[in-house]
Amino acid sequence: MPRAQLARIVALAVLASGLATATAVAQPPVGIVRPDPDKAARMSPLQLGAQLFAGNCSTCHGGSGFGIAPAEGRRGVGDVAGAGPPLRGVGALAADFYLRTGYMPLGKPSEQPQRSRTLLHDNEIKALTAYVASLGKGPPIPSVHPAQGDLGRGRELFTEHCAGCHQVMAQGGVVTGARVPPLQNATPTQVAEAVRIGPYLMPSFSKHQISDAELQDIVRYVQWTKSPSDRGGWGISNLGPFPEGLVTWFIAAVVLVGTCVLIGKRVRS
Amino acid sequence: MMLRRVVAMFDERSGASPFVVKTLRYLFPDHWSFLLGEVALYSFLVLVGTGTYLALFFDPSLAHVTYQGVYGPLRGAEMSQAYKSAIDISFAYKGGLLIRQTHHWAADVFVAAIVMHVMRVFFTGAFRKPRELTWVVGMLILVTTLLEGYVGYSMVDDLLSGMGLAIGYGVALSLPVIGGNLALGLWGSPYPGDHTFESRMFIAHVFIFPVIIGLLLGLHLTLVAARHHAQFRRMRRQTNQRLVGVPTFPGQAPRSLGLLFAVAAVLFLLGGLVQINPIWQWGPYEVALGTNGAQPDWYLGWLIGALRLMPGFDVTIGDYTLVPNPFWGGVLFPTIVIGLMLVWPWVERRITGDRRVHNLLDRPRDAPVRTAFGAAFLLWVVLVFFAGSADRLYVFLRISYTSMTWIYRVATFALPLAVFFVVLTICRELQRSDALEADREAAEEEGERALRAASPQPLTPGTERATAERP
Repeated sequence: MPRAQLARIVALAVLASGLATATAVAQPPVGIVRPDPDKAARMSPLQLGAQLFAGNCSTCHGGSGFGIAPAEGRRGVGDVAGAGPPLRGVGALAADFYLRTGYMPLGKPSEQPQRSRTLLHDNEIKALTAYVASLGKGPPIPSVHPAQGDLGRGRELFTEHCAGCHQVMAQGGVVTGARVPPLQNATPTQVAEAVRIGPYLMPSFSKHQISDAELQDIVRYVQWTKSPSDRGGWGISNLGPFPEGLVTWFIAAVVLVGTCVLIGKRVRS
Repeated sequence: MMLRRVVAMFDERSGASPFVVKTLRYLFPDHWSFLLGEVALYSFLVLVGTGTYLALFFDPSLAHVTYQGVYGPLRGAEMSQAYKSAIDISFAYKGGLLIRQTHHWAADVFVAAIVMHVMRVFFTGAFRKPRELTWVVGMLILVTTLLEGYVGYSMVDDLLSGMGLAIGYGVALSLPVIGGNLALGLWGSPYPGDHTFESRMFIAHVFIFPVIIGLLLGLHLTLVAARHHAQFRRMRRQTNQRLVGVPTFPGQAPRSLGLLFAVAAVLFLLGGLVQINPIWQWGPYEVALGTNGAQPDWYLGWLIGALRLMPGFDVTIGDYTLVPNPFWGGVLFPTIVIGLMLVWPWVERRITGDRRVHNLLDRPRDAPVRTAFGAAFLLWVVLVFFAGSADRLYVFLRISYTSMTWIYRVATFALPLAVFFVVLTICRELQRSDALEADREAAEEEGERALRAASPQPLTPGTERATAERP
């Protein structure tokens, strides 16, 4: 075999193996582990939940939701890095929130969970939620009726408790160590759940701090911010000076300079 | 006949005709970039007009009231009379919201037009002798305008303005030695200050600053007219001594009037169609309240950027803090920027040793060092300005906020330096190719002349033949 050809084959092999390793490293362990559909159809929700939990959650949260303490070497099932908190006693509320927002299963354990497409079907989420709820005594999924909330009080409460991080029109923002998510895609139930849990860096609020009635007002307000009264016209995303500056320079200034060029055309004498 | 008698009547009593004739014959250079200053002027007119209407309804009082007006989500909220009156302007009075929004857009556009005008003046060297004073007065207008804008949106007492004032108070406190007394003197008592501060802001915004801007503007225009406009050299007749342009009438006046209408149209269209500073969404201010993503209006963005970029350190002597951190970004940075711009005409004279009178403008390439410095300086301020909005970029693009801060800290020094040399090179290359072109043209002309002298019979008219024979 000529040497050039050999070298080419070796190079190709090295490249291919390198690519394979790179893809393997870059891919988080995605894909939901499911029981056989025929078997799953015969299971009770609790059984299905236990199966799904064992297949998808126990890596980090431990068998039966006891959690994996960081001291144990930070390795869960399948040698996946990451230690998850125990889930006994978190209740249906937390399970429902993390699963329906797509925060869990987590792509990278070291990063802030992000709202993403949920990989679980609705009945699977219900089953998992029921299973997590059965692990201990915890709060149920809150029932909120935004329509019954008071918008004005909600605005005051939101400004007082939430706007510092979520921006007064719930457009999100930045705090040390986290990206505060905008709330435009959060459902009323998710907002109510998040207030009680305090996901990631968010503080949790007890019923002494924010009563259920007040929470309903806040949810009403958050719903309102999704289509607020933009009585001044085009709302330019309710962020204030930032988009206003963009309009000033990229619309007003452009149009006016164009006008100057047009009007200032040399007069033919 | 009637008109003639009326005109004569006024002229006999005012003796104005020589002045009027002179004004009508004043020559304006014929180039669009000279209209940028006029855009600023006309924005200012719109500001004064809309501002006068708003002042009829705004109530600069911090008295506490409970809102019971037409806007549902605020009903029952505690607020200051000032904020309530701004809400009422927006919702309760005829045309109030349109005028309020137009006023705010006009402010944003006013400063933008000033910035573009300053760029034109700088990069063409229009500030040189005999127009240094015009330049200085213009800078003073810019500074006053920034203060005017800040006070304007601060006195509304909504959530954003309250947060802006807290920063302003912090910056005032940060002045070494005098800071404490200065802040107390301005605010009347420790932050948020007492009710006198609100009325001070009001009188500053509707009287003191506008009058200063108006007077400076008058002086600015008088100085421009006294020394006449500078001009580009596009024709041979345009020299340092001879201005070629269009007269006020019938040349410039209709053009300028058209621009006035265009500016007013753009501002009122924005005011009617695009929402600006929706104070009813921000809600009233209380000291304990705040919102994420709060920004100043764009023209103060460079200051918030500087405050955010500056690493956290103070100058302390024992327990005594001599220079607190906000001083660097909030006081020192703008002082350097404005100070440098103020003294630039004299700096340039020192560098070039050129003390002559300049009525002809440079093209940017004609003064490579000035252009390169201007581009680098502009980029420096613009980068600091961008740094002020890094938080929004983080939310939109998820680029780590801390990394962005460090990127900007490096980029604000590295990029301007790089741009300086790049622009310098470009200008010099352009000059060189200009010189080459001029050489070529001169040589061609000479060759043509030689050809004409050598040929036995004069060439018949028609350039085709001449060009055909040249090779």
